[in-house]
Amino acid sequence: MTRLFILLAGLVAALFVASLVVGPAQIGVAQSLRALVAGGEGPVTLVMREIRLPRAVLALLIGGSLGLAGAAMQGYLRNPLADPGLIGVSGSAALGAVLAIQTGFAAGFAFGLPLAALAGALAGVLLVLVLAGPGGSSLTLILAGIAISALAAACTALVLNLSPNPFAANEIVFWMMGSLADRSMVHVWIALPLIVLGALMLATLARGLDALTLGEDAAEAMGIGLRRMRLTLIFGTAAVVGASTAVAGAIGFVGLVVPHLLRPFVGAQPGRLLWASALGGAAMLLAADIAVRMILPDRDLKLGVVTALIGAPLFLHLIYRTRREGL
Amino acid sequence: MVALCPVAAIADAPQRVVSMNLCTDQLAMLLADEGQLISVSRIAADPRSSAMVAQASLYPANSGLAEEVFLMQPDLVLAGSFTARASVNMLERLGIRVIKFKPAYGLGEVRDRIIEMGAALGHPERAEVMAANFDARLAHYLREVTLRPRAALYYANGYTSGDKTLAGQILAAAGFENIAAEAGFDGGGVIPLEVLAMAGPDTVITSRPYPATSRSEEVMGHPVIEALRGARPEAALTDSDWVCGTPFVLQAIADMTALREEVLRP
Repeated sequence: MTRLFILLAGLVAALFVASLVVGPAQIGVAQSLRALVAGGEGPVTLVMREIRLPRAVLALLIGGSLGLAGAAMQGYLRNPLADPGLIGVSGSAALGAVLAIQTGFAAGFAFGLPLAALAGALAGVLLVLVLAGPGGSSLTLILAGIAISALAAACTALVLNLSPNPFAANEIVFWMMGSLADRSMVHVWIALPLIVLGALMLATLARGLDALTLGEDAAEAMGIGLRRMRLTLIFGTAAVVGASTAVAGAIGFVGLVVPHLLRPFVGAQPGRLLWASALGGAAMLLAADIAVRMILPDRDLKLGVVTALIGAPLFLHLIYRTRREGL
Repeated sequence: MVALCPVAAIADAPQRVVSMNLCTDQLAMLLADEGQLISVSRIAADPRSSAMVAQASLYPANSGLAEEVFLMQPDLVLAGSFTARASVNMLERLGIRVIKFKPAYGLGEVRDRIIEMGAALGHPERAEVMAANFDARLAHYLREVTLRPRAALYYANGYTSGDKTLAGQILAAAGFENIAAEAGFDGGGVIPLEVLAMAGPDTVITSRPYPATSRSEEVMGHPVIEALRGARPEAALTDSDWVCGTPFVLQAIADMTALREEVLRP
């Protein structure tokens, strides 16, 4: 277990540094890292501290959030297909964020944007859980998710099309696919508090999720409050996914792929899978964000394109396996 | 001046002209006879894009849809070469004469567009006078300057314009060196924020944001842009004078010349 932790943490650290030294401006590795740490007046410091650092930090935070939220939802619903992107939570968060931006609520006060996205995400999670039910089948969960995703996407597109700003309509793709291009430290500061709060809430679920593998009755007999767990899951997921989506758009499949890949290494214990998925999610998003900058440096390829290319085939594989197992 | 025109030209001149493109709208309003132009596009009355808002509001507006333009029974339609192709093709199929104007890719092409519009509307002499007047006023700006501060044009989504664009030539005429050219952009393109920061321009000129926020325009207020601009937050361009190859580009050059003097002031 410690070996897995060291391995994942090492991978995240390496990718974080790689993310800092990759970019369209040709700056040497040593020079860029020196400028980042030591500072100074020159443009290199400006590039490192105001462009690359926020990008890498956001990839770390958002990837971790999505991995953690995916693992928590899958553990709680005991369903490997639960992913905040697939079941419409990210889409609802994007709708909340877009509404806040277009109504001016986001400009009103510092945390207006992430709080509105949180409200959207909250509505999404609640709807999915109500529609699918805690012990609901995979089919109901996915159908509910499809309906909510479609509705949220349609409303987002409608709001952006109604905007008096001619650029707004072109941003539909940003809100659907996500991107970390040209973000600044301002975005880090508005997303960080909610992500930390949500992650702490989700982390408290570890023991309960392990107990839930024995069934709901057994978990209650072990003193696990299912009602409280459910509320913690809902608020925690909405907080991390809402804050992430508010600054980077809806990025799918991270919460699906990462827990699935790491599950065998944690002995299928959902409690341990939480921190492993957080690290794995951070690694995946950092890698994806490096990839979009290397493949098409001047086109702002959306992050969701890369994560979906990796995630969708895996999703199909999971559906196939679920069907074969007759669930 | 109308009296000087050959009789044939007046007889051939179109009598019901509809313009579907912001740039042809403005040239046509400048050159047409009273009553000759019967409609301009809706955007011509938008103060953010159009330099002739007051005049445009006197004409019925069209949205560039084939149906509504056809019902106006025009004998000539003026369109841009990139104006809604489907609508333009439809009008041509319906037997309406359409003249397509290319966008002006440089200051030299502004004169060409004026002359072409004069020919289309049957007022070549009027266009000649306007073109000569434009040339004379442009020549006044095109004197050699020794000190050329380095500037970058930076629009929504990180878009910039190089030397082979109208905006790039406006900047050059005002006595600036264009960062986009140094970074290898001839035409337009997205300049990464990092590349812009490393180039260290003397000033960054952004477009004025539209009402209601958008993520595309957010980048123009990025902390890096604020840092590069130093103490000159007013280095913004007025889109309406920059987008079209009309004599209004002279106003854009005048604005940028004033900015240059401010940048050079110790």
